[in-house]
Amino acid sequence: MLEVRELSKSFGGLKAVDRASLDVRQGEIVGLIGPNGAGKTTLFAAIAGFHAPDSGRVAFEGRDITGLAPHRICAAGMVRTFQITQPFAKISVRQNIMVGAYLHTADRRLAAREAEAVAETVGMTEQLDQLGADLTVAGRKRLELARALATGPRLLLLDEVMAGLNPTEIVEIVGVIKGIRDAGITILLIEHVMQAVTSLAERVYVLNQGRMIAEGTPAAIADDPQVIEAYLGHGAAKVLRA
Amino acid sequence: MSRTALLCLAALAAALVYPLLVPNYLVNIGMLMLFTAFLGQSWNLAGGYAGQTSFGHVVFFGVGAYTSTILQVTYGWNPWLAWPIAMLAGGAVGWMIAVLSFRAGLRGSYFALITLAFAEVFRILANSVPFTRGGLGMLIKADQRPENFQFKDSIWIYYLALALCVISLLIAWQIARGRFGARLVAIRENEDAARALGIDVFAEKVKVLTLSGAMCAAGGTFYAQKYLYIDPSIAFGVDKSVEMLLVTMVGGAGTIFGPLIGSVALTVINEATRGLASVVPALKNVQPLSLVVYGVMLVLIVARLPDGLMGLFRRRPRHA
Repeated sequence: MLEVRELSKSFGGLKAVDRASLDVRQGEIVGLIGPNGAGKTTLFAAIAGFHAPDSGRVAFEGRDITGLAPHRICAAGMVRTFQITQPFAKISVRQNIMVGAYLHTADRRLAAREAEAVAETVGMTEQLDQLGADLTVAGRKRLELARALATGPRLLLLDEVMAGLNPTEIVEIVGVIKGIRDAGITILLIEHVMQAVTSLAERVYVLNQGRMIAEGTPAAIADDPQVIEAYLGHGAAKVLRA
Repeated sequence: MSRTALLCLAALAAALVYPLLVPNYLVNIGMLMLFTAFLGQSWNLAGGYAGQTSFGHVVFFGVGAYTSTILQVTYGWNPWLAWPIAMLAGGAVGWMIAVLSFRAGLRGSYFALITLAFAEVFRILANSVPFTRGGLGMLIKADQRPENFQFKDSIWIYYLALALCVISLLIAWQIARGRFGARLVAIRENEDAARALGIDVFAEKVKVLTLSGAMCAAGGTFYAQKYLYIDPSIAFGVDKSVEMLLVTMVGGAGTIFGPLIGSVALTVINEATRGLASVVPALKNVQPLSLVVYGVMLVLIVARLPDGLMGLFRRRPRHA
């Protein structure tokens, strides 16, 4: 469904993403993990059209979307959320979600109904009339998810929807994400919280210093010495094994 | 909602009978108030809803005023026919400024400054090119017939201003409740998020500035027909830009009634201070006193009431 090939992106002298490739198949939940500064968000931004990649190719459902503007990529059926939540602060949750719903309809009532349905999916029915600015961190994360869902995507790119949440909230949102996948939406998620990735993703990619260093099931990844070293430092794998 | 509707109807009824009950100079003040609300609304669409603050909105006003006046004076057009052409010209200039500045990625205060620069360029051009008759200005021959867009009785120009104001309110209402308005607000609140949600930010901004320019240009023609004279500093002077921005900010940017409420408030202050200055001798030399009050008000509003006077009425947003 999504094919990323040899994608590179530099800022000045810094290679943020270096010939990274990944595949997401229809119906999967795929995780993208890596230590801080590994280039995960940059890779996401390049996939979703926010940065034009220096080289490489992104194809969505067989169509080359490399360098396409974000709004076109969204209209094609792939939408991203932001790690640093970006609610429309001065309007209500309902109106926030409606902005997403308006992608496919100009009808206000239809968009409102759609927004309510999406709010129910992510468990925000109670907050529909709150202002975007008045939400808690957990609420903002859900709103990111809801707005993106309202655009009717087939592939959802989630950038750290669990960061900053407490364990109860994580359990809740994991349930929500599983529900979304069960409704037929494919998901690629960046995550820092390892436990969340293990409980959600079928396959995991590991990015370190811009390079893809491993790919596999969560269990296999957790045992990969290269991955352990990336997270815990040089020599860590040997220490752990001893 | 129905209470708001009733209130609107009551206000409209009051506005309709008002000129029949008051002396002529008050009719004139009422006309200016409605007209300023109309201009403010044109600013509000771009500056309030879409958050594209312009310091040079007068450029559209001036283009409208000059287009219809040149067509009328130099080419003998009927001003009613010249009016839509003036609006087209204003829309075209809005489109051009939007494409140039948004292509270049100008946002926030940079966009505001570039609009100010455009207005100045147009003022200087109007001062120097022959077809505007430069600094001499253009005089429209008085011929007070309605078919000539000139009225003997000032009550008619009042009603015309009222019609413009009502139309501008309906436009704002229609935009605010629909998809276009939702997209503009999304762009104002967060461009990146708007883009991620499938909004063509550039196209929407160009659209709103084109519309705003056309509306403001309609005001330019109206002004020229009322006073029958324009020159570069009237048509492209910075005070008109400030006025549009001020009434909207005071009333409440990004709200339907903001420009109208702001215009009413500022007109009342303006008249009150003028009255005060003529009564209190110590204030005689503080001229114009209204500007001092405006300044203080603007500071207070920005600091205490970021949503303007409308913020007093409405704590929470009503849902769609």
